Amino acid sequence: MTDHLAMPKSWHVETKPHKFCPGCGHGIALKILGEVIDELNIQDRLVFGVDIGCSLLAWDFFDVDTVQTHHGRTNPVMVGMKRANPDLLCIAYMGDGGGYAIGSQHLVNSAFRNERILAIVINNCNYGMTGGQMAPTTLPGQKTETSPYGRDAETTGSPTLGPEMVAAIASPGAYVARGSIANIKQLKRFMKKAVENQIAGNGFSFLEVLSSCPTNWRTNAKQTWAFVEDEMSKYFKTGELRTPDEKKEA
Amino acid sequence: MTDKPIQGEKRVFMTGNETLAWAAVAAGADIMYGYPITPQNEVMHYWTRMAPKFGRKFLQTEDELSAGFTTIGGIMAGSRAFSATAGPGTTLFQEPISMAEMMRIPLVMAILQRGGPSTATVIYSQQEVNMMTFGGNGEGWRVVYSTATHQELYDYMIKSFNTAWKYRFPTFVLADGYQAKMREPLTMYNPEDRGIEMVETERFVGLPGVPGTDRPPAHHRNTFSVEEELYEATMPIQKEYEEMSEHVVEWEEEDVDDADIIILSHGVVSRAAKAAKNRLRAKGYKVGYFRPITLRPFPEKALQKVAGKCNNFLLAESALGQFARPVKEALFNVPVNSFETIYKPGVGFTAEELVEKIESAR
Ligand SMILES: Cc1ncc(C[n+]2csc(CCOP(=O)(O)OP(=O)(O)O)c2C)c(N)n1
Ligand code: SF4
Ligand SMILES: [Mg+2]
Repeated sequence: MTDHLAMPKSWHVETKPHKFCPGCGHGIALKILGEVIDELNIQDRLVFGVDIGCSLLAWDFFDVDTVQTHHGRTNPVMVGMKRANPDLLCIAYMGDGGGYAIGSQHLVNSAFRNERILAIVINNCNYGMTGGQMAPTTLPGQKTETSPYGRDAETTGSPTLGPEMVAAIASPGAYVARGSIANIKQLKRFMKKAVENQIAGNGFSFLEVLSSCPTNWRTNAKQTWAFVEDEMSKYFKTGELRTPDEKKEA
Repeated sequence: MTDKPIQGEKRVFMTGNETLAWAAVAAGADIMYGYPITPQNEVMHYWTRMAPKFGRKFLQTEDELSAGFTTIGGIMAGSRAFSATAGPGTTLFQEPISMAEMMRIPLVMAILQRGGPSTATVIYSQQEVNMMTFGGNGEGWRVVYSTATHQELYDYMIKSFNTAWKYRFPTFVLADGYQAKMREPLTMYNPEDRGIEMVETERFVGLPGVPGTDRPPAHHRNTFSVEEELYEATMPIQKEYEEMSEHVVEWEEEDVDDADIIILSHGVVSRAAKAAKNRLRAKGYKVGYFRPITLRPFPEKALQKVAGKCNNFLLAESALGQFARPVKEALFNVPVNSFETIYKPGVGFTAEELVEKIESAR
């Protein structure tokens, strides 16, 4: 049993406590990733790529070689690395803006080409770092700084369903799932399988994490959990969408 | 990898794009990342044909942003990686280039200029000078070799890998569609056969040992929290760029000592300029020739010295003053008697028109 209260061994102690806002889901996702890194013992062959967005705050988060890239460009940097040196394990970690808006072409084409990397998208329904603008994942009716009267699907489209999109185009061998910080046991299973899928070299691995951004949502603790557990999960269904053996956990 | 790609010195007759691909093979490039654009395409075509024979790799990306960032990824993994592009592709490449400048990533590329702005022509121009010297939100921390012949394409493509990996600044061969597509003779060689040692590549990530246990983790970033932190990070880079400059700056000058007019040009236009100078000399006119090879860093001191001997200039370029700008900057504070320009954006030059221009004014 993992002691969830302890700091993962792969965390870089000198930069803790970390820099995310109190109540931010990034910290939970990175805690789980840290545990997975420890359990799979991959610190020495892992390269962690972080995007611009709140993910950049993790540039010195782990005792893992880390590259902070540009907004939306973490996937191609990791792809280039993996192509040049397939022995490395490459994880591209980004926000929903980075993954589904500015870097969407990279996500789609990495999936098409079945690149042997793992892309993790933190879905917090907004552009966190820049102060809470509408993101591709903003829910219908959700108020943000650039949708102050609530997101209107008529003029701004509907929230991006990232894993569904990737699952539809991914090749055999791909692993695609959506987890949530509201269910860390399941999230950890998905995270571990996603990393293992890269270790096995099966194909593209993709994990979306439903996450919280209380700062920009302007929510207290209770409201924050309610938004993740009730609002987000209604629209974004958790579960596995693609696995190499096509046996899926709902 | 296996055999030497080129046995001995080899005289060949080929296009510039083929030359660039061969030079990358000879330089020991491990992998190319690219996206199709004319007039660069055949660099990829030749590379993909040769790559498997010499154990090299290729990835065709979804666009030039990806080509740039995958190249950066390959380099950070320790590979001698490169790319090539042109025109609108050069525009997209400014983003990864700016990251390479900030993070000191030895990005190597060949740029085959085509007409601009926008999609314009796929043929020729010298309109990517601004972009390649100072594009991106940065300070121009790049080395730019403006080539004129296929021999130079070959020589400077090899040299670019060494400049980039030695000094850790992105380095470019800036050519054009004419150079890309025309055929001419050149001599190919393996660099080591000529005593040119290829600078070893190094990994930025994936170093031996467990990070945090055997060694500190490699943490690479380009984002800073406060102004002073950025200032502390950038000023040493500027200093290193300046220190490097005197070692990498290159130019060519002929017949400047007694000249009463000097033709200024760069790249393929300098071939017309040199021919015009020679023909005019044969007719008894005292014409000189000056051509920067590095557009970044710019050979300012050399040009100022030449201006001390002759301060009448005729500048010719296939753009509307993109080359004239650093020239004028270099000549700031230097007395100049006359400074004439011929700007032909997207159009080439012949020796005849330069001869006529100078002769008609005498
Ligand atoms: C080319 C470019 N455009 C815009 C930005 C500004 N920018 C920085 S972070 C960000 C949004 C981040 O949102 P997301 O990717 O969802 O990550 P989050 O902060 O929510 O985790 C934007 C637009 C940038 N850095 N680069
Ligand atoms: S702004 Fe939102 S996403 Fe960013 S650190 Fe704060 S809570 Fe997390
Ligand atoms: Mg976000």
